[in-house]
Amino acid sequence: MRELKKQGGGFLLEDLQPSEIFTPEDFTEEQRMFGQTAEEFMDREVLPNAEKIEQQDFHILKTLMKKAGDLGLLSVDIPEAYGGLGLDKVSSMIIAEKLAKQGSFSVTWGAHTGIGTLPIVFFGTEDQRQRYLPGLASGDLIGAYALTEPGAGSDAMNIQTKAVPTPDGSSFVLTGNKQFITNAGIADLFIVFAKVEGEHFTAFIVERDTPGLSIGPEEHKLGIKGSSTCSVTFDGVKVSQDQVLGEIGKGHRIAFGILNIGRYKLGVGAIGASKEALKIATQYAKERVQFGKPIAEFGLIQEKLAWMALRTFVTESMAYRLAGLFDEILQPLNPQDPSYPQQIWKGIAEYAVECSILKVYGSETLDFVADETVQIFGGYGYTSEYPAEQIYRDSRINRIFEGTNEINRLLIPGMLMRWALKGKLPLIPKAAATLKESLTLMPSRLSRPEGPLGEEIHMLSMAKRLTLVLSAVAANRFKEQLREEQEVLAALANMVMEVYAFESALLRALKTKSPLMEDAVRLYAPAALRSMEEQAYHVLPYLAAGDELRTLLSTVRKLAKLSVLPDRIQLQRSLAKKVIEKGGYPFGT
Amino acid sequence: MKIVVFFKRVPDTGIPVQVNETGNDIVRENLNYVVNPYDEFAIEEALRIKEKVGDAEIVAVSLGDDGAKETLRNALALGADRAVHLKVPTTAFVPPDVTAKAFHQFLSQEGFDLVLMGKEAVDDNFGVVPAYLATLAGVPLLTYVVQLEIGDGKVKVHRETDDGAVEVEAPMPCILTTEKGLNEPRLPTLRGIMMAKRKPIDEVEVTLSDSALSLDHMEMPPKKEAGVVIQDEFPKNVERLLEILREKKVL
Ligand SMILES: Cc1cc2nc3c(=O)[nH]c(=O)nc-3n(C[C@H](O)[C@H](O)[C@H](O)COP(=O)(O)OP(=O)(O)OC[C@H]3O[C@@H](n4cnc5c(N)ncnc54)[C@H](O)[C@@H]3O)c2cc1C
Repeated sequence: MRELKKQGGGFLLEDLQPSEIFTPEDFTEEQRMFGQTAEEFMDREVLPNAEKIEQQDFHILKTLMKKAGDLGLLSVDIPEAYGGLGLDKVSSMIIAEKLAKQGSFSVTWGAHTGIGTLPIVFFGTEDQRQRYLPGLASGDLIGAYALTEPGAGSDAMNIQTKAVPTPDGSSFVLTGNKQFITNAGIADLFIVFAKVEGEHFTAFIVERDTPGLSIGPEEHKLGIKGSSTCSVTFDGVKVSQDQVLGEIGKGHRIAFGILNIGRYKLGVGAIGASKEALKIATQYAKERVQFGKPIAEFGLIQEKLAWMALRTFVTESMAYRLAGLFDEILQPLNPQDPSYPQQIWKGIAEYAVECSILKVYGSETLDFVADETVQIFGGYGYTSEYPAEQIYRDSRINRIFEGTNEINRLLIPGMLMRWALKGKLPLIPKAAATLKESLTLMPSRLSRPEGPLGEEIHMLSMAKRLTLVLSAVAANRFKEQLREEQEVLAALANMVMEVYAFESALLRALKTKSPLMEDAVRLYAPAALRSMEEQAYHVLPYLAAGDELRTLLSTVRKLAKLSVLPDRIQLQRSLAKKVIEKGGYPFGT
Repeated sequence: MKIVVFFKRVPDTGIPVQVNETGNDIVRENLNYVVNPYDEFAIEEALRIKEKVGDAEIVAVSLGDDGAKETLRNALALGADRAVHLKVPTTAFVPPDVTAKAFHQFLSQEGFDLVLMGKEAVDDNFGVVPAYLATLAGVPLLTYVVQLEIGDGKVKVHRETDDGAVEVEAPMPCILTTEKGLNEPRLPTLRGIMMAKRKPIDEVEVTLSDSALSLDHMEMPPKKEAGVVIQDEFPKNVERLLEILREKKVL
């Protein structure tokens, strides 16, 4: 059993030492080199073809996927026994980040290597793995994942596609419609979810040229226009028994579990895309002259650049901390063990909460960065002649797929509650005790830790406290019915996310002792605590009334009180100065 | 057949450099280093030769501080068989004659059939190490190679000149310097990067010999004054230009 503080969700209950988290400063030379190959592949091969990709030149797209395969960029998460590289998750994330510079390519790559390939890695039989993984690793085969249907989007359990066994029991006949399938137009292989006899949720591997399978026209999308998104129709598609993936009736585990991986990869991709946008925005701000000087010299533009960099920094700290947690549990596993893929699967599921956090926080960071990029470009940001417009359009999908951000927000407290009720996380007693203690606590009298960021360490502990207080109040008020109270759940999710975000950035700054990162945390901390306080005010009057409400409001107020206020204008300006000097993201690469 | 490829690790030219306070070096903190781009053509060509002739060993060599190892690891990831780090006790400027002597010493111990190196390094742009080295080693030097063929103990190359190309032949061993256009350098594959860990990098401590050159000082180029745009029509614009040139005492 892992120590509580390193379990999924454990960060809410215990504190880690700075040395206990992984940060990008810990990358090995080899990991950096993987990143460099990925980055140069983008610069040399993909970006020069970006325009053609956006016009849906699928020949180019497939050629690029094949080239990516030649470099090993499709085999990162495939075990060596099946033609893959079986790399650690840190490497895997670095690569995902670097490939995110071009939205359409990144989505194509992500769907192929993630939801299109990994179900076979984790659940395939030996025969299925041998048959498909080498081709998927090399790019000779392109994968896709078909879950969504017209009537089953967020409500994916409601799929209507049926799999009817043939009378001799050797095969199944699939009938139904799938909607919005990434890579459909170029895929050779589909992971398809259907219900056997209309009831038992099951995954199938279906080859493209199976009779009865047809692909609809390309969707006309807002962004990632160069990626393929089509409906897929199954009209009496006969697949043999050995195309069943995993167990009949357990397909939902594959369908939902694989999304954990999709989610953290999406979050990491958001970092890469944000850095690229920041670079483009910074360059423009340095060149564009108004009122006789480059707009980068104006305070309001600097404020944007500072926050774009800061939020990207926070997301990056969250992502690689998670990668480090993954590797701590995955590295000791033995790849020769026949249950190796299953053990990886379980290891990742342990951090399902963190995966959802990263998905939501990352996609919203990117949307913020993309929006400010357009703003920095002014009118030119609104025209397709400049890159800001595409960045803005491409960003938007990230809040929708891999589970909408609403669904992921509901999942965060939902999973924590489930683990609490199962006794996996001692959340309930801890929250109750924290609530009780907080009513009489005098935060202003608490001594602050010595050293730099002592005040911020105190603020983080108050942030955790606030989250537990609110959890306890919500749980007391609604008990198990809390799962129906979406607005409350979302507020809790926002607080949990903010704790993970704030803590990841804080621990990274403490670990690296980088003055730039320390200042970044000084700037971020008050905003984080204030936004959490606001979440509490948002829901407390719904959870309590009268004297109880008054007591709770004053408890929140004192926990969230900022006793020292840094000069945030100066902090912003000096961070922006670094961004401008560096021509983009200033915290490493 | 033994092919030696020399590498230099250089600051990324995409990022502006600053001269330090004493004026004896650039500011090295927070610099981003890359492999000298012309050296990438050299290793790529070595790999192609090896792919063609089969029986060849590629030895990657770099002179520098510990950072040179990174460059060598990259060469190993690309497919070099082994690497040698000629370690010097300084991060600062090493004069080209000193470098050439160190290379020569290495080559006389190691032996070689072919040396491939970039036509120059993009940091100090001396471009004279190959010539020094060929003189010391007493072997032919073919510079600015844009096309190369190997056979019968000979190399046949196209050398780029201002108005075309010259075809030249030389016996091996010899030294070639590579020019842009020779090939399209490949990227290291992820598997290549993983394999690089298992290949040796030998470290040889190099004592720097005396140099005929000494670095006097470095300074930043003077800031350019704002230009003047002449917007008049012809011939007034020419008159205006002449006027300015006379004012500035250029004419
Ligand atoms: C470009 C693109 C690529 C895609 N690729 C794939 C793919 O490769 N494979 C695949 O299977 N699917 C894919 N999808 C589908 C995608 O995952 C779904 O669109 C997504 O899950 C949302 O489903 P929906 O579109 O039916 O929206 P709905 O579920 O109808 O949601 C509409 C709105 O209602 C909200 N909502 C829904 N349920 C709840 C609830 N219980 N509580 C609160 N709010 C709720 C949602 O958050 C959303 O805001 C893709 C979609 C797009 C646009």
